[in-house]
Amino acid sequence: MKSESAKDVHKLIAWAKLWQAGFIILGVLSLLVGIVTLVALLADMFIKGGPLISWRFFTSFPSRNAEEAGILSAWVGSLLVMFVTALAAIPLGIASGIYLEEYARKNWIADLIEINVANLAGVPSIIYGLLALGLFVYAFHLGDTVLTAGLTLAILVLPVVIVTTREAIRAVPSSIREASYALGSSKWQTIRSHVLPYGMGGILTGVIVALSRAIGETAPLITIGALTFIAFLPDSPVQSQFPYISFAWLMSPFTVLPIQMFNWVSRPQPEFQLNAAAAGVVLVGMTLLVNGLAIYLRYQFRKGIKW
Amino acid sequence: MVGKNPENISALQTDQTKALVRNLDFFYGDNHALKDINMPVYANKVTALIGPSGCGKTTLLRCFNRMHDLYPGNRYKGEILLGEDQKQSNILSKQVDPIEVRMNIGMVFQKPNPFPKSIYENIAYGLKIRGHSRSFIDDKVEYSLRNAALWDEVKDRLQDLAVNLSGGQQQRLCIARAMATDPEIILFDEPTSALDPIATLSIEQLILELKDQVTVLIVTHNMQQAVRVSNYTAFMYLGRLIEFDTTAKIFAKPAVKETADYVSGKFG
Ligand SMILES: Nc1ncnc2c1ncn2[C@@H]1O[C@H](COP(=O)(O)OP(=O)(O)O)[C@@H](O)[C@H]1O
Ligand SMILES: [Mg+2]
Repeated sequence: MKSESAKDVHKLIAWAKLWQAGFIILGVLSLLVGIVTLVALLADMFIKGGPLISWRFFTSFPSRNAEEAGILSAWVGSLLVMFVTALAAIPLGIASGIYLEEYARKNWIADLIEINVANLAGVPSIIYGLLALGLFVYAFHLGDTVLTAGLTLAILVLPVVIVTTREAIRAVPSSIREASYALGSSKWQTIRSHVLPYGMGGILTGVIVALSRAIGETAPLITIGALTFIAFLPDSPVQSQFPYISFAWLMSPFTVLPIQMFNWVSRPQPEFQLNAAAAGVVLVGMTLLVNGLAIYLRYQFRKGIKW
Repeated sequence: MVGKNPENISALQTDQTKALVRNLDFFYGDNHALKDINMPVYANKVTALIGPSGCGKTTLLRCFNRMHDLYPGNRYKGEILLGEDQKQSNILSKQVDPIEVRMNIGMVFQKPNPFPKSIYENIAYGLKIRGHSRSFIDDKVEYSLRNAALWDEVKDRLQDLAVNLSGGQQQRLCIARAMATDPEIILFDEPTSALDPIATLSIEQLILELKDQVTVLIVTHNMQQAVRVSNYTAFMYLGRLIEFDTTAKIFAKPAVKETADYVSGKFG
C-alpha cells in the first residue's frame, strides 16, 4: 500500500517536471523569436551600412548621387532639434511633475490630470504632429523650422518626463521629508534641498529616455513639414562677430536623421538603400550613446543615495 | 486623576514649566486619537511618555512640533502653551506658523533618518536655512558633534556620507542635527528602538547630559529606559493621559490602578 502511493507520487512529480520542461522550451523559443529577429535586422543593417560610414559620410550634404551623399544636414538637424526639445521639455516636465506630486490637492481634478498625463504618453505621435501643425505652424506662424520641430517633440515627450519625475520624487521616503520639516524647512526648501537632489537620478533617466524616443521620431516632423532634402546648414549659433550668439538657426528649415533615412529608403536605386542602412547605424549609435549616458548619470547620482 | 491637575503635584514646586498641554484633543480624520490631555512639561527635565502600543504617545509627541500639519485631515483641539509663565502662547493656534514652531522645537525619530548627504551637511542644513554664516556653521558643526559624543569618531571624515555610519552613530548624528539649532524642547520618539543595547546606552547617556541645555520629551516603550533617563513620566492608555507624576512615584507608588498594572508588566 505504502510503496503503491509512493509510486503515484513519483509519477505525479515526473509529469509536473515534464510540463515544466515543456514550458521552459516554449518560453525560450518565444524569446528567441524576438531576439533573433532584432539581431538579424541589426546585423543586416550593420553589414550593409557599416562600410559606408566614413568622415565623408558625416561631412557631406545629401546628393542626387548616392556615392557623394552624406548626412551632415541630418545629424546637425537632429542635434539642434534635440537641443530645443530638451530645453523646453526638461523644465516644463520637471516643474509639472513637482507640482502634481507635491503641491496639487489630491482631489478628482488631480486624478483626472493624472489619467490624462498617463494616456498622453500613449497617444500616437502623428496626432502630436497634427496638433503642432495647427498650433505652431498655423496659429503661431513659426513655420516648418527647427523651433517648431523641437517644440513638437517636447510636447510629445512631456508626459514621459512628468511621469518619471513624479515617480522619482515619490521614491524619496517620508522619513527624509519629515527630517527636513522637523528642522524648520518650508515645503519649497524641502523639495529643493532634499526631494529634488535625491530624485535627480531617476528624473535624469526619464529625461534621457524621453530624448532617445524623440531622436527617432519621424511622423510628427513630416506632418509639420520637415524637408527631406536639405543641402545647407542652419546659421551657426556661435558667431565670430558681436554679439557672438545667433538665434537665426531656430527659424531655419531642417531635416533629421530618421527623415533622411526615410527619404533614401524610398528611392528606387539600390545604392541609396545602403546609404539608408548607414544612416540607420548612426541613429542606433546615437540612441545607444544617449542611453549609455543615462545609465552613467543614474549611477553617478544614486551613488550616495540610500535611506 | 492626577493628570487633570498637574499643578497639585507637590514634588514639582521648584521646577519651571516649559510647556503646558491643556484640554488637548487630536483627530486623524474621524479617528479621535487623543482625548483631553492635560500635562506640564518641565524645563530642563526629561519627561517620558509611556503606555501600550497604539495609546497615542507618538501622536501626542508630534503635536508639539505640529508635524501633523504635514498631512491632510488632521485636526487639533485645545492648547499647548509654550514659554515660561505669563508669556505663554498656544503653538497649536492657527495663527502660529508650524515652521516657526519647528524652528524652536527639534525632533529625533524612531529610525535614524540622516539625509543622504555628508556628515557635515547633515548638521549644517538646519543652520543654513536659518541664514547663518559659513564660519558660524563650521564652529557649530564641531560643537554639536562634540556635544553628541560623535566628534572623535567622525572628525577626520566630515565629508563622508552620513548613511555609512553605524545605526547608533547615525542616531547620535540626528541628535546633533536637532541640537545644532539650539531648540527649546527636543522630542524623541522611541529613539533607541532600532538600536543594539550598547548604542542604546550611549543614546541614553547623551539624553541625560542634554537636559542641562534643553527640555526633553521622550516616548519610550521600554519602562527601564523611562526609569533610567526621565524625571517625570506620563502614562497614557487608549488616547487618554491616565497619570502624570515624577518617574519615581509612577514606578514606585502609582495612584491609578491601570498605571500600576502597566508598570508591573500586567499588560502592554
Ligand atoms: N496617520 C494616522 N492616521 C490614522 N490613524 C493613526 C495614524 N497614526 C496613528 N493612528 C492611530 O492613532 C492611535 C495612536 O497611534 P500612535 O500615536 O502611533 O501610538 P503609539 O505611538 O503610542 O504606539 C492608534 O490607534 C493608531 O492606529
Ligand atoms: Mg509610536
